Amino acid sequence: MTTLPKARPLFDPPIVLRAIRESFLKLDPRRQLRNPVMFTVFVGSVLTTVLGFLAIGQDQGESPAFVFAVSIWLWFTVLFANFAEAMAEGRGKAQADSLRSTRRDVQAKKLAEPRYGAPHQIVSAATLRKNDVLLVEAGEVIPSDGEVVEGVASVDESAITGESAPVIRESGGDRSSVTGGTRVLSDWLVIRVTANPGETFLDRMIGLVEGAKRQKTPNEIALNILLAAMTIIFLIVCSTLLPYSQYSVTAAGQGSVITITVLAALLVCLIPTTIGGLLSAIGIAGMDRMIQANVIAMSGRAVEAAGDVDVLLLDKTGTITMGNRQAVELVPAPGVEMSALADAAQLASLADETPEGRSVVVLAKEKYGLRGRNVQDLHPTFIPFTAQTRVSGVNLDGRKIRKGATESVARFVGENGGMMPPEVCSSVEQIAKQGGTPLVVADGPRALGVIYLKDIVKGGIKERFAELRRMGITTVMITGDNPLTATAIAAEAGVDDFLAEATPEAKLKMIREYQAGGRLVAMTGDGTNDSPALAQADVAVAMNSGTQAAKEAGNMVDLDSNPTKLIEIVEIGKQLLMTRGALTTFSLANDVAKYFAIIPAAFATTYPVLDRLNVMGLATPSSAILSAVIFNALIIVFLVPLALRGVPYRAVGAARLLRDNLVIYGLGGLIVPFIGIKAIDVLLVACGLA
Amino acid sequence: MTANSLIQLSLYLAVLLALAKPLGVFIARVLEGPASGGGPRIGLLERGIYQLAGITPDREMSWREYAGAVMALNLLGILAVYAILRLQGTLPLNPQGLAGAPPDLAFNTAISFASNTNWQSYGGETTLSYLSQMLALTVQNFLSAATGIGVLAALVRGIVRKTSTTLGNFWVDAVRITLYVLLPLSILLAVLLVSQGVIQNFRAYETVQLVEPLTDADGQPVTTQTLAMGPVASQLAIKQLGTNGGGFFNVNSAHPFENPTPLSNFLELLAILLIPAALCHTFGVMVKDARQGWALLAAMVVIFVPLAIATIVAEQQGVPQVAAMGVDAAPSAAQAGGNMEGKEVRFGIVNSALWATATTAASNGSVNSMHDSFTPLGGLIPMWLMQLGEVIFGGVGSGLYGMLMFAIVAVFIAGLMVGRTPEYLGKKIEAFEMKMASIVILIPPLLVLIGTALAVAGPGLTYVAGEETKGNLNNPGAHGFSEVLYAFSSAGNNNGSAFAGLTANEPFYNIALGLAMFAARYWLIIPVLAIAGSLARKKYSPPSAGTLPTHQPLFVVMLVSTVLLVGALTFVPALALGPIAEHLQMIAPK
Repeated sequence: MTTLPKARPLFDPPIVLRAIRESFLKLDPRRQLRNPVMFTVFVGSVLTTVLGFLAIGQDQGESPAFVFAVSIWLWFTVLFANFAEAMAEGRGKAQADSLRSTRRDVQAKKLAEPRYGAPHQIVSAATLRKNDVLLVEAGEVIPSDGEVVEGVASVDESAITGESAPVIRESGGDRSSVTGGTRVLSDWLVIRVTANPGETFLDRMIGLVEGAKRQKTPNEIALNILLAAMTIIFLIVCSTLLPYSQYSVTAAGQGSVITITVLAALLVCLIPTTIGGLLSAIGIAGMDRMIQANVIAMSGRAVEAAGDVDVLLLDKTGTITMGNRQAVELVPAPGVEMSALADAAQLASLADETPEGRSVVVLAKEKYGLRGRNVQDLHPTFIPFTAQTRVSGVNLDGRKIRKGATESVARFVGENGGMMPPEVCSSVEQIAKQGGTPLVVADGPRALGVIYLKDIVKGGIKERFAELRRMGITTVMITGDNPLTATAIAAEAGVDDFLAEATPEAKLKMIREYQAGGRLVAMTGDGTNDSPALAQADVAVAMNSGTQAAKEAGNMVDLDSNPTKLIEIVEIGKQLLMTRGALTTFSLANDVAKYFAIIPAAFATTYPVLDRLNVMGLATPSSAILSAVIFNALIIVFLVPLALRGVPYRAVGAARLLRDNLVIYGLGGLIVPFIGIKAIDVLLVACGLA
Repeated sequence: MTANSLIQLSLYLAVLLALAKPLGVFIARVLEGPASGGGPRIGLLERGIYQLAGITPDREMSWREYAGAVMALNLLGILAVYAILRLQGTLPLNPQGLAGAPPDLAFNTAISFASNTNWQSYGGETTLSYLSQMLALTVQNFLSAATGIGVLAALVRGIVRKTSTTLGNFWVDAVRITLYVLLPLSILLAVLLVSQGVIQNFRAYETVQLVEPLTDADGQPVTTQTLAMGPVASQLAIKQLGTNGGGFFNVNSAHPFENPTPLSNFLELLAILLIPAALCHTFGVMVKDARQGWALLAAMVVIFVPLAIATIVAEQQGVPQVAAMGVDAAPSAAQAGGNMEGKEVRFGIVNSALWATATTAASNGSVNSMHDSFTPLGGLIPMWLMQLGEVIFGGVGSGLYGMLMFAIVAVFIAGLMVGRTPEYLGKKIEAFEMKMASIVILIPPLLVLIGTALAVAGPGLTYVAGEETKGNLNNPGAHGFSEVLYAFSSAGNNNGSAFAGLTANEPFYNIALGLAMFAARYWLIIPVLAIAGSLARKKYSPPSAGTLPTHQPLFVVMLVSTVLLVGALTFVPALALGPIAEHLQMIAPK
């Protein structure tokens, strides 16, 4: 995982303080009941507390000190689990607070009619409803989410995205949506409100990070079932030990029956408290990591699904290649000097403000040594690109210089009485075959040569795709290019598949085909025409710069509008599942050592020979039981950082990942408690508490 | 381990594994039906049965219908056995004139045989007529085995089929398995066993002169002995093949008429694990990936072999107290050595210990030696093998579907650890599957632990016989606890093996064990079929580099660890108070 810019220190003091307070508030039985494992511990704590009071003043049986010691550590087990959850929530809450500070009650200028200049009245933003129309002018905060219906303005969205550079918002097209809480810097916008109060993007975001509407995700439910089943098994194991012990005491004719305190201690040690206590913290932390990555997931389900993604659909432009094509080479027609072609190409592009156009000027200057010149002296007439002619260029000194796509220039040349030389046509074909875009330059009836415009594949993207392949994820490039160009770029970028001449329908069809084959598809999109595909995809990341329709169709919004973010999202999803799996394994493997601690201790008086199983050499039966309980409680706290940060994911293939995690969390989980319990026992003895 | 033990164990495993593969492939063809091309065509007999019973062989069943058919056949079987046992005094083929069984015994035995447990509260030769043995028990031996394989077939179809609502037709499965697998194998084995001296007749019991006359407890001379007769071979074959285990005679395969020679012993031992091992290959063929079957078989073998060796070693080492009395317990050409109490001299240590592990690994439960007389560790292992849920080979069909439930749990945890929603053979494992798999894994331990608790709390310690109150347990202390724990481990996992030493033919145990056997069988079959139904409805997700491979050694390790960890965590406290305490007492220096 990359280091995230907004990462907070794990144990931020204010968050810790609030979490400690919350840990006690969460002792409410109704909240405990939501988690079967921790509720069992809760009941055990109450039970041992009662037993402690009953033991006071009794001559026989257990010492109240021992019972209370067990009881206190059982309470700590509950509190530590609460603390873990509160820590995870606290980080979200801190984020929410900073968001909430942007949601001051602002005044809105509500227009009577949806047009600029219509009369307006000042109302409170809280009274706005869907479809109200507002005017927002420079310096004002946009009161609610909306769609621009008129105007162009630069907007500061740093409150939402953390990105300080302003963005342009305008009516029509793919940049028409605005978010409540952002500020118009220049000009004005007429906005149609798209959300009722409490349903705006900001509100939803605050709700999500606070975990107010957090629901258990499918995988969490499945894991909870397994944990509940384990809890039931251990509940039966422990409660049947009472009659077994009674029988054994009678049969052996010595010793005393196992006490309820010891049974409660044994039960709490055996049930999977480590994972049970950290489970909700892991889920919340997963959402939190998404937020740290500047991605707002609309549900925990979406985060989880991200880990399962098999197919990534990536837009070529902006994701795989730099946004714009660049001129990299000039190919002159036979009998044309390179300098003449470079000169004509530059002249034709002088007025072309597109990045492609500018790159031609730069190429001519840098590679073919043409200096810039004062064209105005030649009194040029610039011919802009039109949909009819499909060429652009310049008229000067009687020359008619044009550049454009092959067919369009061929038509222009023909109209001027010339013909395309076959060499030019073959150059064009050559360039297209290599994945480039050929632009033909002509001067009146003469075709001068071809400009080679190339898509520049982003650095490092090929390695990224190789990594995804190792993760088992197929990458598919989506492009509007023709298949020839697409093939070349696909090969250069190293994607597994591509969809050329993509239309929204073709995209949707492709997603459906992959899904029918049992695959989970993720995609990014920003335009309104992406919405159907976004709605169909399993993990759909809408760019925050995109339209409202796209944002509503997706189940995540990337505030940075960075299409490569998908890869990070997948990693976060996988981390979430891995953390659950690793801690479940650890929790279950721990039980072996706890048996070796508690079983000899519990039956020491009935069958003294069972002391042979006390392989750790624990001092006394009560110190053995206490050490196991203390270890069980402390391990939760020790694992809070792991739960919050997540188990690191590496793209090494499933088998290797499993082997590594089995060694660390399975074997580790088997060994660590032996050391930990022994250490606590030594400490208890040293403090004279054994 | 002596060289002799190693040779016998290796030979057994080699023959078993060699035969399992072709048989497994054949069973797959039988289950896939004639449509698959390779299997037996629908014969006259099969067609006749369908017509007679009004079965439409092409009609596919949903999981609920399949479960309904299974339950209908089994409940009918329970009723039939109950009725025959109660009425046997008035029915034919009863040369000894044995009376009808009491209601609690008939109830226990009916459930026992229908559920493939074959727990025997009764002594065969002193309680049951030939008709009861043949029509009630042997018929159930076939049907319960067919039921197990049928349920397995439905589960495998659920895994294989994509977005389907049906799982095959139970009646067709039951008929084809019986006709083409169980019957031919049983006939073959029965003939082989008869060649070794196993009896097959309808004669009345014979009285013979003793070669060496005895005196009884009252000092009276005893010169004659009654030899029980009967159609033994025909019941014995399916008892071994179908992991049933209910012996014709009280002492089961320790009886010379039921297991006369070392060769008959080898054949019967082979038959215990043959079909359960073969079904792993059946699974591989049906899921179209033989490696998946090998992985499951490997997991079973990896657990079985060390435990078999441990039992052999424990029995061969014998008891220090006996050695202290100056008894020579060393193995030699003249004697097997070790702990020979309760073992047949013609089988010795290795074949007795190997049988004990095989019969409890598979849910067979037949015995050729008395487990109660084993050393504490030698007795612990068979008991633990049952407590593992009867998935190390296990019952025919039921062992593998139980193992697949563990595979689902193992895949779930392992899948999480590789960062994906877990999937097994392309089917996603979600909340519903976890719920059902948890039930399947949860129920047997609950039955065992709660049943034992109930018994040792009082009701299972004494019983009233006529005027007097007698103790159920033969031994006091930890060994007595083991006897009760063993009985419930056997019933709660549908094994049927008895530790002996426990008087179980009295109302408390007959009813408690009967209920445990019923729950252990049918409360598991229904959730297994529910999973089958749910998996069948799912889409298939093709594997990728991010998918956990389930045919590699790593997954076998994961599966083995899951089975052992669940088994150990659940039963260690109880075992500590039984065989473990007893073992430590035995080896403790005085």
